[in-house]
Amino acid sequence: MPLNLADYLPIVFFLAIAGAMGAGFIIAAWVAAPKAPDKEKLSAYECGFNAFDDARMKFDVRFYLVSILFIIFDLEVAFLFPWALALDDLGPFGFWSMTAFLGVLTVGFIYEWKKGALEWE
Amino acid sequence: MASLIHQYGPVWGVWLGVGQILLVMITLLLSLAFLLLFDRKVWAAVMLRKGPNVVGPFGLLQSFADFFKFVFKEIIVPAGANKTVFILAPWLTFTLAFAAWAVVPLAPGWVVSDINVGILYLFAISSLGVYGIIMGGWASNSKYPFLGALRSAAQMVSYEVSIGFVIITVLLLAGTLNLTEIVDNQRAGIWAWHAFAWPTIVIMLPMFVIFFVSALAETNRPPFDLPEAESELVAGYQVEYSSTPYLLFMIGEYLAITLMCAMMNILFLGGWHLPGGPVDNPFLGFLVFYAKLWVMFFLFAMVKALVPRYRYDQLMRLGWKIFLPTSLVAVVAVAAYVTFAAPQAGAGL
Repeated sequence: MPLNLADYLPIVFFLAIAGAMGAGFIIAAWVAAPKAPDKEKLSAYECGFNAFDDARMKFDVRFYLVSILFIIFDLEVAFLFPWALALDDLGPFGFWSMTAFLGVLTVGFIYEWKKGALEWE
Repeated sequence: MASLIHQYGPVWGVWLGVGQILLVMITLLLSLAFLLLFDRKVWAAVMLRKGPNVVGPFGLLQSFADFFKFVFKEIIVPAGANKTVFILAPWLTFTLAFAAWAVVPLAPGWVVSDINVGILYLFAISSLGVYGIIMGGWASNSKYPFLGALRSAAQMVSYEVSIGFVIITVLLLAGTLNLTEIVDNQRAGIWAWHAFAWPTIVIMLPMFVIFFVSALAETNRPPFDLPEAESELVAGYQVEYSSTPYLLFMIGEYLAITLMCAMMNILFLGGWHLPGGPVDNPFLGFLVFYAKLWVMFFLFAMVKALVPRYRYDQLMRLGWKIFLPTSLVAVVAVAAYVTFAAPQAGAGL
């Protein structure tokens, strides 16, 4: 299948119109709604008292672990896309080579599991 | 649009194309208004309440009243917030949620942009959705939004992996990335739909369930609405938002839900084809597609009403330790079936 860039033109228009509509909603409220800010209204939300410290604090390293794991597996999915389409032509050789690739990743996955990277308590 | 330009020349072609796009968008927004009301009505009915019933007959105009209420509310930008990012976040969520619909075929031939990598495009755009949430949570410079955004981002990326693997199993069967061709691969009736076709039903029906549950998690719907768990995080990343910026988040979220319903339709439930056989009339096809969309949305609404919320560790365990290995094994199993057992594999192309 040849790449036809004209097929993608509507997506650009779609993005532009959707973006304009979103901006329009924000501007509509900006124009139509009253503006009466005061110090208390503009302070960050807490349960009835002033915030102790900055909200951009340290957070759990497991969130990093999840995102690293995500990158590995999402890349794997990206590899699988063309393979899934071409499997008919590749035949058993394609199947076994991808199984080997998935096997290697599975070993890594088991290692992460045993190391406790997936534990949230 | 390409064919319109070819047919009517550059000027009229582009205008007609823009008209098509606006038609799709307005249809979506109007549907969304009633889907929102439907969601609340179902929820209310399960709890033996009446739900919204004041504005218009049976409360049918409730969403429109809500819309005008949003527009006439003050936009509050917290003093400590990064103002540009704060406003950009809901706008980005809204725009991306809409952009995904550019490639979704609504009926035979009714698609704004019939690209040959449709499903890859959907996968990419829905991955970008996480940016709006993390931007909103970070820019608010407030603790609840920050924690909510972190949770939401981790949750969305975790379940996206299983969604990716489930999509691969469908691609192995369909042999194409084009959404229209995926639907037409299931044209022979309910026993050709990817969720029910024999013998792959053994794998694909569980895959459909995994996709459904992952879709709930991906769109932050109950029982996986941890980011907005109101008893602990108030409203997650949306705490500091008011007025139309909040509305944009809300529309974005519901657009993502309807997109997931549409994807389940297209990938597993035959799209616009009836259980009895193929549909080639675009008008009838659209009605069938639309009806299936509402049925899937009804399932989403029922889950919201019936299932108690998960704990965060349970959520992560389900995603990484159950769905991910299961869908990985399923990919290998379907690939083995396509390679060694299928009569003529990948009938799509």
